[in-house]
Amino acid sequence: MARAISTRRKLTFSILGWAIGLLIFFPILWTFLTSFKTEGTAIATPPQFLFFDWTLENYHEVQARSNYMKHVTNSIVISVGSTLIGLALAIPAAWAMAFSPTKRTKDVLMWMLSTKMMPPVGVLVPLYLIFRDWGLLDTRLGLVAVLTMINLPIIVWMLYTYFKEIPGEILEAARMDGASLMKEIVYVLTPMAVPGIASTMLLNIILAWNEAFWTLNLSAANAAPLTAFIASYSSPEGLFWAKLSAASTMAIAPILIMGWFSQKQLVRGLTFGAVK
Amino acid sequence: MLTRTLLLGAASVLAMASFAHAETTLTIATVNNGDMVRMQKLTDDFSKKNPDIKLEWVTLEENVLRQRVTTDIATKGGQYDILTIGTYEVPIWAKQKWLLPLDGLGQAYDADDLLPAIKDAVSVDGKLYASPFYGESAMVMYRKDLAEKAGVTIPEKPTWDQIAEAAKKMTDKSTETYGICLRGKAGWGENMALLTAMANSFGARWFDEKWQPQFDQPEWKKALTFYVDLMKEAGPPGASSNGFNENLALFQTGKCGIWIDATVAASFVTNPKDSKVADKVGYALFPTGDAGPDNHGNWLWAWNLGIPAGTQKAEAAQKFVSWATDKAYTELVASKEGWANVPPGTRKSLYANPEYEKAAPFAKITLDAMNAANTSKPSVKPVPYTGGQFVAIPEFQGIGTAVGQQFSAALAGSVKVDQALTSAQQLTTREMTKGGYIK
Repeated sequence: MARAISTRRKLTFSILGWAIGLLIFFPILWTFLTSFKTEGTAIATPPQFLFFDWTLENYHEVQARSNYMKHVTNSIVISVGSTLIGLALAIPAAWAMAFSPTKRTKDVLMWMLSTKMMPPVGVLVPLYLIFRDWGLLDTRLGLVAVLTMINLPIIVWMLYTYFKEIPGEILEAARMDGASLMKEIVYVLTPMAVPGIASTMLLNIILAWNEAFWTLNLSAANAAPLTAFIASYSSPEGLFWAKLSAASTMAIAPILIMGWFSQKQLVRGLTFGAVK
Repeated sequence: MLTRTLLLGAASVLAMASFAHAETTLTIATVNNGDMVRMQKLTDDFSKKNPDIKLEWVTLEENVLRQRVTTDIATKGGQYDILTIGTYEVPIWAKQKWLLPLDGLGQAYDADDLLPAIKDAVSVDGKLYASPFYGESAMVMYRKDLAEKAGVTIPEKPTWDQIAEAAKKMTDKSTETYGICLRGKAGWGENMALLTAMANSFGARWFDEKWQPQFDQPEWKKALTFYVDLMKEAGPPGASSNGFNENLALFQTGKCGIWIDATVAASFVTNPKDSKVADKVGYALFPTGDAGPDNHGNWLWAWNLGIPAGTQKAEAAQKFVSWATDKAYTELVASKEGWANVPPGTRKSLYANPEYEKAAPFAKITLDAMNAANTSKPSVKPVPYTGGQFVAIPEFQGIGTAVGQQFSAALAGSVKVDQALTSAQQLTTREMTKGGYIK
């Protein structure tokens, strides 16, 4: 009897899980489907789900009109670059806050997070002027720098919570054995926190990949990543849903594939700590 | 070894020499409209004539482009050498000295061939500050078959009452056929473009000579009430979220009897590739109302190419602007893509061309609509501003959108017309006081 209930419960949870999963995935699925429609079918009411004339015309046109590879390269350089630099800065910072906290550590953490609370457009003009004077406008270096800075608070916070889970005694033991601070971080702390660091890294790459405000405003022709590629397919006069969907599908494909392959790491990292 | 060194040296000298052959790269910011996309495809012709000029395109969504380009030009960031801007920006930016006057476009450009209304809209103190790429006014597009079925005729110069009567008769909600489709989505360039033009024809104005907002006047009330009532009775459901593209989709799929919008829509709805009603479209001028038979709303818009004052490459930029907007470009498009795809609404010579008139049945009405627009006198009452379906002051983007939200809410039925007008009056007065217009 008990077994029967648990099967039924399992079934209910599976169905519920699938339903929620599909609901969350639906916009991506719809974008994908729309990218194979003609502009006319894309706006048809009632919407057509699967039975329409599938066409690759949109992909053909997007390929012909834009330099997709340039945008992909820019996106990769910017998201991976900003994440690696961010980690290099955040690991020592999170170490300090997790293992030698002071009276003010909590305040420092809150202060770091508070920088995320200001609407970005508030600092657009000052930053734009700095970028102009330093020649950083429309350069990948400039975008890496700005994305590193805006995502740094999140990296520090995530790493801090992971590091908190690691017993300080292990680090003390390493110190007793004569490990220097550098060695302690590189050989003892980092290997233990790998799942946490990996998931922070993945999440941050996704955040940087999708960041649209700064990447659009500080780039023009050379450093423009995939966000600018998508933005170029929306038209004020004329139908554009199908072509925009094709561009969006092409823009999210690389990050979606990366997320798919690393989902184990992501989930493990995100539940790290909670399962202990 | 020596030979190899020599060869290497020679190769590097050669490489340097080819670098020294200076190449100018022009960065062009533009929107994703059919005519602009066509221009990008045809640039081989320009590159052939100017092998030392390289072109880089930055295409962005209209609002993103506006924000992006404004940031850059206001801070003299120098990211772009050529900008695609509307007739709203040109006079404002020219007065700020953000744009270079276009005085080096060459003989072949023939500025006198530009349509007078458009030329005025992009000139300040008699100097051209941007070159029009394509222009538009607004007009009535209607389904001839539905009109016939309903037993109504729409004259070439209709009044709002005639439009309303026809729309109501053409409506058949059982077959999802709606008599009239008008913009309802909030935005200064969305519903407020239509409503400002419509209000002009009703005799209303945005401001009196002392910059006092006029939403508390009877003309505005009449125009807005007329719009809301008509849309409720003969408009499609959910009209408060419809803009140009949504209405285009409705009209193309045969769900609208009448659509009043930008003249450029005519080339879309008559294109049999996308439109189910391509051979059934009739045209008329923008309706008139209490302002008399001569005020057709004064809607006038053009996308133009301008050169920011911060560019280091003004000479090359003028060469490109001239190439993209002179008469030869029109012929280039015609030879490659046919006359129907030529950018409309900028030059007199195009409308004198019999081939164009044959290929584009909407040519004459477009020209009439554009000639009927007078942006320096949009309302029958005196006004301190210029602009037909907008007010050419920097504050208008913000105010227009905020007022548009009120009017969109009135259309959706979440606020009453009176309430929407009162809020519009209050917020406009507040912003204009803040802007220093109202002392």
